[in-house]
Amino acid sequence: MATAKKRTIRTIPQERTPMPEQDPQIRAKNFQEVACGYRLEDALREAERCLQCPDEPCVRGCPVSIDIPNFIAKITEKHYNGAYDIITDTNLLPSICGRVCPQENQCEGVCTVGETLEPVAIGRLERFIGDMAIAQGWENVPYIEPSGYRVGIVGAGPASMACAADMAKAGCEVIVYEAFHTPGGVLKYGIPDFRLPNDVIDAEINKVRNLGVKFECNTLVGRLFTIEQMVSEMGFHAVFIGTGAGYPSFMGIPGESLNGVLSANELLTRCNLMRARDFPNFDTPLQPGRHVAVIGAGNTAMDALRVSLRLGAESVHCIYRRSKKEAPARVEEIHHAEQEGIDFNWLTSPVEILGDAKNRVRALRCVKMELGEPDESGRRRPVVVPGSEFEFEADMVVFAIGTNANPILGQTSKLKLNKWGYIAADDSLATSIAGVWAGGDIVTGAATVIQAMGAGRRAARSMKAYLGLRDSDSVYDAGAEGSLFGIPRAEHGFAQVRVG
Amino acid sequence: MAQANAGSGFRIVAREDYSDVTYMLEVAHPQMARAAQPGQFVIVMETEHGERIPLTIADFDRERGTITLVIQAVGKTTKEMQANLKAGDELFAMVGPMGIPSHIGKAKKVVCVGGGLGVAPVYPQARAYKESGAYVIGVIGFRNKDLMFWQDKFGAVCDELIVCTDDGSAGIKGLVTEGIKQAAAKHSDIDEVVAIGPPIMMKGCSETTRALGIKTIVSLNPVMVDGTGMCGGCRVKVGEQVKFACVDGPDFDGHKVDFDDLMSRLGRYKQTELEAVERWQESCRIRADKVIDLKASVLDARPAADA
Repeated sequence: MATAKKRTIRTIPQERTPMPEQDPQIRAKNFQEVACGYRLEDALREAERCLQCPDEPCVRGCPVSIDIPNFIAKITEKHYNGAYDIITDTNLLPSICGRVCPQENQCEGVCTVGETLEPVAIGRLERFIGDMAIAQGWENVPYIEPSGYRVGIVGAGPASMACAADMAKAGCEVIVYEAFHTPGGVLKYGIPDFRLPNDVIDAEINKVRNLGVKFECNTLVGRLFTIEQMVSEMGFHAVFIGTGAGYPSFMGIPGESLNGVLSANELLTRCNLMRARDFPNFDTPLQPGRHVAVIGAGNTAMDALRVSLRLGAESVHCIYRRSKKEAPARVEEIHHAEQEGIDFNWLTSPVEILGDAKNRVRALRCVKMELGEPDESGRRRPVVVPGSEFEFEADMVVFAIGTNANPILGQTSKLKLNKWGYIAADDSLATSIAGVWAGGDIVTGAATVIQAMGAGRRAARSMKAYLGLRDSDSVYDAGAEGSLFGIPRAEHGFAQVRVG
Repeated sequence: MAQANAGSGFRIVAREDYSDVTYMLEVAHPQMARAAQPGQFVIVMETEHGERIPLTIADFDRERGTITLVIQAVGKTTKEMQANLKAGDELFAMVGPMGIPSHIGKAKKVVCVGGGLGVAPVYPQARAYKESGAYVIGVIGFRNKDLMFWQDKFGAVCDELIVCTDDGSAGIKGLVTEGIKQAAAKHSDIDEVVAIGPPIMMKGCSETTRALGIKTIVSLNPVMVDGTGMCGGCRVKVGEQVKFACVDGPDFDGHKVDFDDLMSRLGRYKQTELEAVERWQESCRIRADKVIDLKASVLDARPAADA
């Protein structure tokens, strides 16, 4: 540890360094990034707040176990390139994760400083380093010894990219198939530019490309060729499925087929990926709502609310049947939405969408709720307040209440599915077909970007063991249980014979 | 496997125009030509700034390695494609085959109905039924004789072909529902009707066959974005259920489809579409004017001929 004198909770800067942000009044009318990122002095000050505690709870709180205290120490030493090296040991996409991870539930949620003061802004520091790397053109392309194995990856979202990077580093020839015309998955179609700019995504995808990963877009796996064909005639030694959940839910209330009712996925895809907001320079249409009601209070709902506002809506309402405390969105996202003037209606549940003579939405009828006994999820179950019906004027109603399992791979392969239709996978993320792994939302249902990336890396680890490739990450983690000189137990006395 | 699609475009190998509004593009994609089944569709983007439009696969040739699309110029994108694309050009994106292939069952006698442009997408099903040994009665309908296409190609896979035109300029005068009634009057043992065309025509066919008690399959083509089940824009009411046409269809039981709902939802971007078409036509006029201006200026710049 290079810190000169021991820091204590009393000697460190007490206040968390604020993130420079666009003014809410201005940003509500543009698609530029809300959080502008730490300047050098901000990052140096915030790095001072890390106690370098021996416990390192933050590392355990991180789904991909970034060596957080060490990269922060490198920032203090002004060795930014070194900080980047440490982060990219385990996370290839720091600019993305620094922006969209729910750090308050992960690394920052367990930070020792956070027990007394506000926790160290780990995510903001990670983003600072990631963005600096993009600006400076730093790239960590390790020496890669070709292994002769071919790995096929289905989908080009966060789970797939994490898996692809790991397999490429292990020397495999990796091809990623994407159904859309551009890679990125939910990062591109879902998360809006003001939260994660497209050029950041492209820069990070290019890093994966520079590891030798090939992306083949316009390829719908399952229909153009099947998973079974990939492991047989197409000659992939291992396949990873990271297609995401992708089949939006609706509530089944009257009026859902009225024009002006859409899923958050449709709204966001039209606006973000297809650039309907730049109509007519781009051809995809989107009838912007003047009075928009978004149902749900997760991160996708926040994105839909704030996109609607930026598309010029006069009023934007968030409708959620539980209270603010139960809302699944990140605290920061709700806070940003509140600042921008989103009207939050907690403990409110829609019962009917009302239409006009032309089948267009004109209003949303809701009821008030109150919290009753806790349900299976431990959250208090909302119950209807009798006689509390009321109406919102609305010409657009957006459902952001989650997704169901996408059926395409289930329809076209013998993959075993669980009772909800997601792909069944064991602890190592192996599926029912030999040589095929799956991870991310298509296994767990909708979760976060970093959880998907964590799953992609977990699958990569077991794919490497299956192929008899040494897991390069374990080398740096010599103390890991069940490993000898970094070679996992599964590989002891086991060598796969490479054919072809 | 040969990969023709790694980031590059999709080459158009042939184009043919059937009328002022209907044109055919044959696109090279050997892998898709191998995988395609009757009833499936593709999503196409003309350019990087384009919208994603679903088009039913009208034919696939596994040997030539091509996919055939028959397109009607109705919106901005399809009009622009009609104006711009020729053999040798490339589409920015084409993904597919999408959707569940048509179920070519054990039906012994089938009526395949194509209304206008619908003649193209119903063709692969007629051919598949013919190959499976069924007796195929084709019913194709157009507004008038000038809009007719593929009657010979279609006739070649049918045991009987009934042509209908609204004005009687070819075949029988009347809608395809007349053709269905005529076929049903002649054959009492029709197992199934497959009807593809505009929603109002499929609705009419379904009403006709409901009265006759004949199972009817229709292929729906609602507004889509991704075509993989992700956006839910293509949801349709089928019986008591809501289905996504892109992954749960596009074929559905015509007697259960709520066509009024489908037609209402198809119009949801009408206003923006109309604006886009107007704007595009305006820009074409300006471009055309410029070309004329340019020609004029070239003419003006010529040295005066000696007298």
